[in-house]
Amino acid sequence: MIEIILALFIGLLFAAGLYCLLRRSLVKLVFGLILLSQGANLLVFTAGGLLAGRPPLIAKGSIIPDAPVADPLPQAMVLTAIVIGFGLVAFFVALVHRAHEAVGDDDINSFDQTDT
Amino acid sequence: MNGLVIVLPLLIPLFGAVLLLGGARSIRFQRVGAIAIAALLMAAAAWLVLEVDLHGVIAVQIGDWAAPFGITLVADRLGAIMVAVSAFMGLAVGIFAVSDIDDERVKKKFFPVFFVLLFGVNGAFLTGDLFNLYVWFEVMLIASFVLIGLGGLKDELEGAIKYVSLNLFSSVLFLAAVGILYGEVGTLNMADLAVKLENYPEVELIVSTSMLLLVAFCIKAAVFPFFFWLPASYHTPPAAVSAIFAGLLTKVGVYALIRSQTLIFRPIFDEVQVLLIWLAVLTMIVGVLGAARHFEMRRILSFHIVSQIGYMVLALAFMTPLALAAAIFYVVHHIIVKTNLFLVSGIVLRKKGSADLAKIGGLYKSAPWLAVLFFIPAFSLGGIPPLSGFWAKFAVVQSGLEVGQWVAVGAALFVGILTLFSMTKIWGEAFWKKQPESTGDFVPEDRPVPVFMVAPVVLLAAATLFIGLYGNGLFAFSERAAEQLFDNREYISTVLPQEGEGIAR
Repeated sequence: MIEIILALFIGLLFAAGLYCLLRRSLVKLVFGLILLSQGANLLVFTAGGLLAGRPPLIAKGSIIPDAPVADPLPQAMVLTAIVIGFGLVAFFVALVHRAHEAVGDDDINSFDQTDT
Repeated sequence: MNGLVIVLPLLIPLFGAVLLLGGARSIRFQRVGAIAIAALLMAAAAWLVLEVDLHGVIAVQIGDWAAPFGITLVADRLGAIMVAVSAFMGLAVGIFAVSDIDDERVKKKFFPVFFVLLFGVNGAFLTGDLFNLYVWFEVMLIASFVLIGLGGLKDELEGAIKYVSLNLFSSVLFLAAVGILYGEVGTLNMADLAVKLENYPEVELIVSTSMLLLVAFCIKAAVFPFFFWLPASYHTPPAAVSAIFAGLLTKVGVYALIRSQTLIFRPIFDEVQVLLIWLAVLTMIVGVLGAARHFEMRRILSFHIVSQIGYMVLALAFMTPLALAAAIFYVVHHIIVKTNLFLVSGIVLRKKGSADLAKIGGLYKSAPWLAVLFFIPAFSLGGIPPLSGFWAKFAVVQSGLEVGQWVAVGAALFVGILTLFSMTKIWGEAFWKKQPESTGDFVPEDRPVPVFMVAPVVLLAAATLFIGLYGNGLFAFSERAAEQLFDNREYISTVLPQEGEGIAR
């Protein structure tokens, strides 16, 4: 059940992110990328399989945990991805700020000097 | 000992960057240190190639957790030669940057970031795990983001916005594909994935996931129709930055394409082949036509990156041992030549104050040595024998004829002619025609060029000539590397000893 709700939510995040990316405002570009990266994080988390209340702990005396247990690896990957995404977004916000100062406009259509 | 040889190409740039950060006050220390570290990295990379060529695939499990659970570093011949070429470019561009990068950018920590970039690139070539590949991509990207926007000029920032947004978008796709793949197969170790996907029942799921990865890698590699970020940004930063970008970054995308298609998604390659061939053909054609339209040296060269990427993807798409050898040879040749052309454009920019072909001219008369130095990489790019580009194109065309892809081969030859047209355009405008009268606010100059900018160009031109005249050695190496890719049992059994000889292809 929770998978279906999360799947719908991931779809919503991707859709909203794409919508923001396609707008002409620089700020919405930032928001779009944030939403997309959160959508991807949640996707990794959900696709790895959800299992509540079964931590992957090994009982004393055995060498493998009693199945079924939650897979900790997707969560480790999501943590890594969140940290990376955080750094990139922080950089991107600073870059957008500088670019906005240099170009003097928030409209992406004014960013056409280097185009092809 | 085995571990050291594969870890050194990562440790040297990492600790180099830390060391340079420590001595950030002294600009002189930054410049001397950068050349020393780059030379050290070059030596380590050469050692890696030697070891891998003599003793086969090397795999190291960092932290001693056995694959597929641990962090795996793998070097096969393809990975090793890529590390070596990128170290070579690091050295050449590092020397060039000593003169090209001004004091202010050095104070803003240009050189530490430069080595973080090389760190990420080498990591991407050496990792044996898909999620780690994602992380290495991010290391490389964040460094490149900083480098491209470091100057803070208007054009740089504008180019950086385009570059950063599209690359972040491709990272999102990459991460999503990694997550789905893990959910389906339960592993991300590339060798383990190859084993598990060998007889996977639900092919459609894997094909759709592989498409997600394909798009992510195609954005990084600037394949049609995902290339628009490249010509919009590569001409904005200083020449040293665009040279290292032009040489290495898109080629990491090509490497990821080669690795994923030959190893992970090999069982479903037949479903992808036609798509890849057409993507490659369109990349070649659109890239070269875009270049024909432009009149600024660096913009022309940026579009040629796109068109040349097409050749490499085309060779990969043929998927025969000869074609893979051609792809590897092409990548090596292209990295050297393209970096060199961007460095030459940097010299022109320094000498004349502009690289706009309408404003400059007469370089053949005022600097005949520069004309020769441009001639070698430019006509190698166009595929004139006996320069390296001829053999690269020849191998691609021959492998295409072997598999009977007449249309693609025809397109490759046609694009070759148009490439030559672009190069002769630069040659005619910048070198042969007289210096035009000054127009508007632009006053043509004739400034001296420091020796640190000329030396790397000479070095790379010599390498191009050498590959052209004595290409046998490199081509034989590429063929051995292609064998390793085509028959991936050695790769898999080195990473996963327990799989042993159990895999038959």
